This record gives sequence, C-alpha cells and structure tokens, in this order.
Amino acid sequence: MQRSILSRRISVLFASPAFIFIALFLIYPFVSIIFISMTNRTLVGATAQNPDFVGLDNYIRLFEPSRWMNRGEMGFSLYITVQFVIGSALIGQAGLGLLIATLFQRRKGFIRELVFSLAVAVWIAPDVVVAFAWFAFLDPFDGTLNAILGALGLGQPDWLLKYPLLSIIFFNTWRGTAFSMLLFSSALSSIPPSYMETADVVGASTLQKLRDILLPLLRPYIATDLILITLWTFNTFTPFLLTGGGPAYRTELLSIYTYRTGLQFFEIGKGSAIAVIVMLINLVLASVYLISLRSRPLEQPSD
Amino acid sequence: MKKRKLTLTQILVGIVGVIIAILFTLPMLWFVFAPFNSSVSLSVAIPERFTLENFVVAFSSEVAMRGLLVNSVIIGGGTMVGTAIIAAMAAYGISRGNLPGRQIFTTVLILFSSVVTGTASMIPIFLLIFSLGLIDTHLGVILVMIGGLLPAAIFIVIDFVDGVPRSYEEAAMISGAGPLTLFRDITFPLIRPGLMVVGIWALVNAWGSFLTPFILLRDPLKVPASVAFYVFYDPEGTPNIKLVAAYAVLYTIPVVLLYLLVNWRYGFSFFGGIKR
Repeated sequence: MQRSILSRRISVLFASPAFIFIALFLIYPFVSIIFISMTNRTLVGATAQNPDFVGLDNYIRLFEPSRWMNRGEMGFSLYITVQFVIGSALIGQAGLGLLIATLFQRRKGFIRELVFSLAVAVWIAPDVVVAFAWFAFLDPFDGTLNAILGALGLGQPDWLLKYPLLSIIFFNTWRGTAFSMLLFSSALSSIPPSYMETADVVGASTLQKLRDILLPLLRPYIATDLILITLWTFNTFTPFLLTGGGPAYRTELLSIYTYRTGLQFFEIGKGSAIAVIVMLINLVLASVYLISLRSRPLEQPSD
Repeated sequence: MKKRKLTLTQILVGIVGVIIAILFTLPMLWFVFAPFNSSVSLSVAIPERFTLENFVVAFSSEVAMRGLLVNSVIIGGGTMVGTAIIAAMAAYGISRGNLPGRQIFTTVLILFSSVVTGTASMIPIFLLIFSLGLIDTHLGVILVMIGGLLPAAIFIVIDFVDGVPRSYEEAAMISGAGPLTLFRDITFPLIRPGLMVVGIWALVNAWGSFLTPFILLRDPLKVPASVAFYVFYDPEGTPNIKLVAAYAVLYTIPVVLLYLLVNWRYGFSFFGGIKR
C-alpha cells in the first residue's frame, strides 16, 4: 500500500470540477429524463413551464398494440435497429475485423499496413464526410458502385430507395470495422507463438488450430468486442446523415426515432419515454459487459 | 515442398488483402479527384482539367469558412483545453489520494458515458442547456462535449500520473510545498505528453462531432464545419457539389494528420478504442 500524498479532502477537491461535469452532463440527464418522460412537457406553450404529470401515458402510447409495428412507430423502429445491429455490428464489423486480424496475424508488409491504415482512416474521418462519400458512392446514375456493376453487366438499382436498410448496414460495417480489427489483432499477438508451433508439430489442421487454439483463447476478447460494438451501434446517429431515416421510415433506427420525436417535433414527453427505454437497454448491455469483465479468466494463460 | 506451401498461403493472403483494401477505398475514391475537377458530378472521373476553382468556391462561402476557421477552432480548442486540464486535476486527485475502488469507479464512469449517449441523452441535455440560457452559444457545446469525454480522459490520464514517481513530490513536501504547487510545478509538467494525447483525442472527437452542435446551435454563422457541411448536402436538397468536394478536404485533412502524428509519436494503440 502506497502512502497518500494528498489527504482525502484535498484529493476530492482536485477531482471536484470533473465531478461537477459528470453530475451535470451524465447523471442529471439520466435522472431528469425519467421524470420528464412522465409529463406532457413541450418546448413552447403552457405545458413548457408547467407540464402536467401524466404517469405512464407516454409509455402506454408507445406500446399501443394496434400501432406498435406501423412504420414510424416504436416497434417498427426497434425491429429496424435489431436488424441493423445484428447485420452491421455482430456479423459485419466483428466478422470482417476477425477476418482481417487472423489474415495478417504475425505478418508484416505493405498490404497489411495498407489495409490497417485504410480501415482506421475511414473510422476516424468525420461523420458528415463519410456519409456524403456514401451518398455519392450509392448514387443510382453517377455513383461508383453502379458504374462498376454496370461495367460487369449487372443491375443498377437505386440503393438508398430500394435497399435502404442494407445500404446503412454495409455503410456502418465499413465505417466501424477498425475497432474490432485492432482489438482482435492485439489479442492475437498476445497468444504465444509456441502454441501454434506445437500444434504444427503434432500435425493439426488449420481448422483444428482455429477451433481448439485460437477461438478458446480469443473468447473473452470476442465477448468484449461484441458487447461494446453492440452498445455503440445501437446508439449511432450517423446513418441519419445518409438517409435521414427514410425512405418512408425504413431506416429509422431508435436513435433517429428519438431525435425526430423529441428534438425535431419537440414532443418532449414522448421523446423522453423513448430515450428512457434506449438508456435502459444501454444499461443492460453495459452491465453484461461489467459482469463479463469480472468473470474473465486470467488474460495470459499460465503454462 | 514446405517452402512452396508457404508462398501459396502468402499469395492467397495478398489477394484477399488487396480485395479488402479495394473495398475500403472505393467509397472514398470520389474525394480523390472531385475536389480538383472543374466539371464535378457524383461520378468518379479523372479530371480533364485540374483546377483549384472548387476551393475558391469554398473559400468564398461565409458559412463554410466561419464554420471551419472560427467555430470549429473555438469548439475544438475549448474542448481540448478544458478536457485536458479538468482530467489532469481529477486524475491527480484520484491517483494521489489513494481513493478506494478507483479501478471499478473509472470503469463504471466510462460505461455510464456509453449509456447516457447519443440522441437519447440529447433531450435532457438540450433542456438543461436551454434552461441555463446557453442555447446557440459555443460555450454550451463545449461544456456538453467536455462532460461526455471526461470519463475516458480521466481513465487515460490516471495511468500517466501513476507513472510519475512519488519521491519527487515527497521531496518537495519536505521543503514545504502545498498540494497546488505539487500539482502545478511537478506533476503537471511531467504528464504533459499524456495530456497531449488526451487533448488531441478530445480535439479529434469535437472536430468530427455532429449531433451536439446540430442540436444546440441555431445561427448558421455559429455552426462548426460538421454542421455547415451537412447544410450543403442535406439529403432532402440538392447538394452544392463543388463546395462539398473542396470543403471535405479542408475539413478532414487536419484531423487525420493530427491523428497520424500522435499515433506515430506516442502510439494511440488502444486509446482510439474509446472514440465516441
């Protein structure tokens, strides 16, 4: 145990500006929105100053069975979001990230550097720029994608109109793969080379090596990766910049539905109820992550 | 026999790698040529005549230039400085006070910043900023950005503070230095590389962020480059393609260069993972 340089009081004093920020912009929003979601608050008018308490009315309206799965309603939006998370995060980003990481495991060279740099570059580029890039890329007449498909003699659909959800799934896979790639790549480099060499000596096939050595050792990292990218993909607003949630609500993710209800049309009470549900789902995902961290076995297998 | 098998694998890896590289490049290819093309459209084409005319269009738009050179700089700079200083103080207090349970505390904070995030958090934050009278001010945007970035920033800076030997401070204490002097004259200068990393990480985040300024700012002359850029190509309207092409380059290059610089000098290694 190290001695303290600062007394408890002084150390709290040093941390207090940060605590004030965290209280104001993380904890207060979380608590206040639960109350706001039980009112009929609006931005202007009589209910802006003195909103009425309406109990669970906003929630009941969201879950109204006759409308729940209609376009532009809660259930439909949730259904879109689930497809988006499964397609772009769990299959797209994690799958492609794992592929790239294993492909270049313990390899060096120009192609590896190229792939890693490109993936990281499109990951850190600003949202609006990558969204416009895809807007141009998918343009039915002039876009690069249809130009290539045309040259190959294939169909040239209007992607954002005919396959909007598929388009944002590919967009988000492309955009976010770098994280999984970097995570798996650093995980793979922590596996001692002797494991693979031993497997080679006893004549294990590639499939056996993958199943019996790599996957078991990678499992905790895969769990970490899947939970974090699910959490981030679930909350991303960037597809809005590509499709605006349309056409006809077909790409209206929960984040966009929340925005439209609460911040564009200022139905603050109802929007807050959606936001509370979103945050509760986030809280469950974050708790799963914490539990998986605690039950994780030792990172470096001792042999 | 053994050697041939190895080269075959290498060729296969090379082919798959090149295909992946092409797939990553294709959507961005447009930005390579369009900024310099005098007759620009949405198609990828090598310009018949290279020109800087599109940049002239961008430079002569007041919204575009104020966004980039004034508003984005104020918001990015304010977020960078604020995050670095407040995180440094907090990290110092947490590290040197031996507060119990700090590992779990910082982890929970980071996760909580992933829970209260996105459009869901923007409703209460909008109302808070509204009631503080900070709607349509840069200060409002900066405060919200700092609040969201602090948990991860503190987490990173704590490691740097822990790396400073305590004997320096103990020696200074003997000669009567108080806590503020210890922080200002000993620890702060020694963790400067760490603060650089965190500051630039915060700057890159603020520079690229769209949602917060989009919601909190109204005046077109106050919006940063991200929001200005969106106004020029709003999917509902007809994009101003000449402007968009050149503006994207001016807007993107600084952050990518900064990121690469820090990555090369200090190695972001995994800090990049907490990009928001």
